[in-house]
Amino acid sequence: MSTVEEDKQPLIPLYSSTVSCGFPSPAEPYIDTDLDLNEYLVTKPAATFFVRAKGDSMINAGIHEGDILIIDRSIQARSGHIVLAILNGEFTLKRLQTRGTEIWLLPENPNYKAQKINNESDFGVWGVAVHCLHKLI
Amino acid sequence: MKKKSVYALVDCNSFFCSCERVFNPKLENKPIIVLSNNDGCAVSRTDEAKALGIKMGAPYFQIKNFCDKHQVHVFSSNYALYGDMSRRVMRTLSDFTPDLEIYSIDEAFLSLTGFQNLSEYALKIKSQVQQYTGIPVSIGIGPTKVLAKLTNMMAKKEKKKTNGVVNYFEIENFDEKIKQIPVQEIWGIGRKSSEKLAQYQIKSVYDFKCADEHLIQKLLTIVGLRIQKELKEEECLSLESIRDKKQIISSRSFGQPVYELDEIKESVASHISQAAEKLREQDSICSSIMVYIHTNRFKNTPQYYNSNVIHMLSGTASTPKMIHYAFEALEKIYRKNYEYKKAGIVLMDIQKKTSSQLDFFSTHDSKKDDELMKVMDLINQKQGSGTVKFAACGLDQMWKMLSEMKSRNYSSRWSELLEVF
Repeated sequence: MSTVEEDKQPLIPLYSSTVSCGFPSPAEPYIDTDLDLNEYLVTKPAATFFVRAKGDSMINAGIHEGDILIIDRSIQARSGHIVLAILNGEFTLKRLQTRGTEIWLLPENPNYKAQKINNESDFGVWGVAVHCLHKLI
Repeated sequence: MKKKSVYALVDCNSFFCSCERVFNPKLENKPIIVLSNNDGCAVSRTDEAKALGIKMGAPYFQIKNFCDKHQVHVFSSNYALYGDMSRRVMRTLSDFTPDLEIYSIDEAFLSLTGFQNLSEYALKIKSQVQQYTGIPVSIGIGPTKVLAKLTNMMAKKEKKKTNGVVNYFEIENFDEKIKQIPVQEIWGIGRKSSEKLAQYQIKSVYDFKCADEHLIQKLLTIVGLRIQKELKEEECLSLESIRDKKQIISSRSFGQPVYELDEIKESVASHISQAAEKLREQDSICSSIMVYIHTNRFKNTPQYYNSNVIHMLSGTASTPKMIHYAFEALEKIYRKNYEYKKAGIVLMDIQKKTSSQLDFFSTHDSKKDDELMKVMDLINQKQGSGTVKFAACGLDQMWKMLSEMKSRNYSSRWSELLEVF
């Protein structure tokens, strides 16, 4: 059995004779690399931003004060998404809900009220929250 | 037969101001200006600020009272933010074309040769950049770069009417339209050139287009002639021959694919040397350098595009100094195992050498000055600009005030993220 030197790139593995005939050889080299959090957390880097949560209005969704939220602007917001919204010039993080033709912003904490978006409201979705990073220690 | 070229020039509207708006929605529709660090001049203005009469380059101390009176929002330059937003815009644009040529921090040419439904496509580009990054852009489409620049200007001038997109191939009576446009609006024709042309009754873009080619060459050299040919749909310009004095660009595609950082460094060093020479010729200094590298999108190999802007506390025209900073910027974005096709640099925030402080940092800086500069820059980068500044400097007050007006590094510092309830 040969050893692979550490600084050489692993070669495409050759199959031993114990592999049954007709087995297709892999198209790509199989290389283990470090797991990359960026790759896991960020689908569209150009449209992804990080923001920090304040307060506890979304605590029941698992979002705590100080948590970092990964916001993706490339995703089309749908009912049920937690969104970073702009309401009358202020940022707010709430769950988006459509009820027929009505749009509502819902907190995830019984101490807070749901808000209906009126036609007069200055409202827009800034981005969709995809991940919440909560530090445990 | 060679396919007819199509270029789109995408240009961000009031870029620095627009960056500030993304993180501060209250600023929508408000007059905003962004100031340059060193001089405190307005280097970016929203349409609302322009409507109030604030001119590009207006010194802040002259307009401060006016701004207070009219509730104009004033910001110090936040280059970390603008550089990051620029990267995002360029990345988004690169999805739409096999060939993207970055022209400055907020402008790029896209090759759309062979694409169908150009106007519709441009509207899609505009909409996607807006959605992904929050930055509004204007797009001009044409068979040459000069025409793309011209149509881009038309799009910007009448945003509502054009919807931010103007396509040369769909303009009726183009010649009629350009009779109304002064010749100075053409890319590459400045005030001096337009004065020369005026003596021969060449005042509008139309006049320029129709003028005798030999006369144009006599008055404006071969470069002027090439600009005229481009107006007549004949492609003949390279980006470098049109020098915008506000920014100096140098870039080149590699003859063969390049993998190693050292090779790219060589290329960047030579770009810097060339650009720094032009800078000194103009008796100017620069305070920001953008470095960018990318792979060949035509090839079916892993793709990578990135750019980085490094800003310096005080302007410089010293080649070794600029190379040092450019290398720093490059090292942060270089990644191994990619087949690079092109590297380029853009010198920005260019000003004339004037005050005594600037003479202190002449091209022949002493080693001691270099070290001092290095330490200062490092501290200011880590602790926030303006932390360390020169005593007995006439601009002392300006420094203090300006750093207080800088917005947070929303997209590049963990401690400065947007906080949302």
